[in-house]
Amino acid sequence: MKYLSNVVTLEFFPDLCVGCGMCIEVCPHGVFALENKKAVILDKDRCMECGACAGNCAFGALNVDKGVGCAAALINGMISGGEPSCDCGGGNKPGDCC
Amino acid sequence: MAELKFIKPGAQERASACCGPAQSALQSPDEASGKTCLPDWEKDRPAWITGTLMTSEGAIPVISTDLTRSDYWEHVKCRTSAFRNNYTVKPGLYAVGSPGKNSDVLVSANYKLSFDTLRKALKGLNAWILVLDSKGINVWCAAGKGTFGTDGLIRHISITKLDRVVNHRRIIVPQLGAPGISAYDVKKAAGFKIYYGPVRAEDVSAYIAAGYKATREMRTVNFPILDRLILTPMEIKPAMKKYYPWYALVMLAVMGLQPGGIFFKDALTGGSPFLLLGLISVLAGALLTPVLLPFVPFRSFAVKGWITGILSVFLSSKFIAMIGHLNTVLLIFTYLFFPLASSYIALQFTGATTFTGMSGVKKELKIFIPLYILGIVVSLVLLLVYKFSQWRVL
Repeated sequence: MKYLSNVVTLEFFPDLCVGCGMCIEVCPHGVFALENKKAVILDKDRCMECGACAGNCAFGALNVDKGVGCAAALINGMISGGEPSCDCGGGNKPGDCC
Repeated sequence: MAELKFIKPGAQERASACCGPAQSALQSPDEASGKTCLPDWEKDRPAWITGTLMTSEGAIPVISTDLTRSDYWEHVKCRTSAFRNNYTVKPGLYAVGSPGKNSDVLVSANYKLSFDTLRKALKGLNAWILVLDSKGINVWCAAGKGTFGTDGLIRHISITKLDRVVNHRRIIVPQLGAPGISAYDVKKAAGFKIYYGPVRAEDVSAYIAAGYKATREMRTVNFPILDRLILTPMEIKPAMKKYYPWYALVMLAVMGLQPGGIFFKDALTGGSPFLLLGLISVLAGALLTPVLLPFVPFRSFAVKGWITGILSVFLSSKFIAMIGHLNTVLLIFTYLFFPLASSYIALQFTGATTFTGMSGVKKELKIFIPLYILGIVVSLVLLLVYKFSQWRVL
């Protein structure tokens, strides 16, 4: 299953990549592969912008606008004018959605 | 070691009495080790703690790898109710089997459902489990929100004196914890090298046996029908609780409203097809769409929900007489409003899926929120038209 195409904010800077393979290890959707000792993006539309790759790339070769793909959280954020926040806890009210 | 207390769901956390003043959850173990001290939890410890393991850094609870009937019953409650909001395990270090200085350390969240899944998967192994304080949220969600992360891991490594409990410097973090963790920061701050384990706890033994190597399959998240189905009760419930009562109230009031007041009989006869349609659209959006997710065309959840919604309305009008016999204005209202309701509810499921990203959901909201608002306005106008024509004002 894939979500909308051409919306993902994942960016890859091949010049910074040393081919350590960490992104391949952490990506839950098999977005990356290793070719000629560098990472390549196989299918960007599979990315769910969880941020695992960027956060674990010690060389800054990846960047993604990380966030939760949760409509309830984004709607709450719109209403409150603040950060997206579902009621799943971690905040004041544990809870409802994921 | 005074701070080994366990929170039972619903029960008040009890202060440990025997080794000096009670300490907060994250304080270091009692330095004055050596004297025997039975912590309070020995008296009312949870059934899954089967004993204690003495280490140089204090007593560590040993846990069972067998889940009991009551564990499973609690899991059912987690999937269907707010029970999950307070289903926690005390953060800290636990022992599985009889681990030693060279045994693996596996990190988990303090949501008991996550913890149970892990301990069950460790049957036959000797290992340590380091439970982080993820505020009772599962690993993946907590990693996304920041309650399962680098800082917490570094803090718990230090609190539990893990560097003295084990001789090695490996720590296995579930792969789905990676969005919250920077392996290189943990290495720098705590000296432990992170090995990202498989996505599913059931693959942990195979992963360890293979020399900390996960296959591509073990690294990939799927979203099969059972996984989708198990999430639907917590989609249906909020929709029924949050929206349905208000909706029902409005529809009954509108149907019952006559020039002479609100009449109960009119409300009931006129309103019941709509109470039923409301229920049908909740099920279309919160049950049918998730279950049939890959089979409903288009990638947008709003569109998927609209499609299941309009199909459900169509089938209902064919097979349920009171819906099929609605007059033209109400039928137009029905075909406009209920598919949109189903669409909105289906869109909420993006929060439960394993593959929707923020940019996509933002795009959907940007397009569909204005449509939903427009749909509600037109629906209300249609209801007014119906009422006025019923009162012969038009």
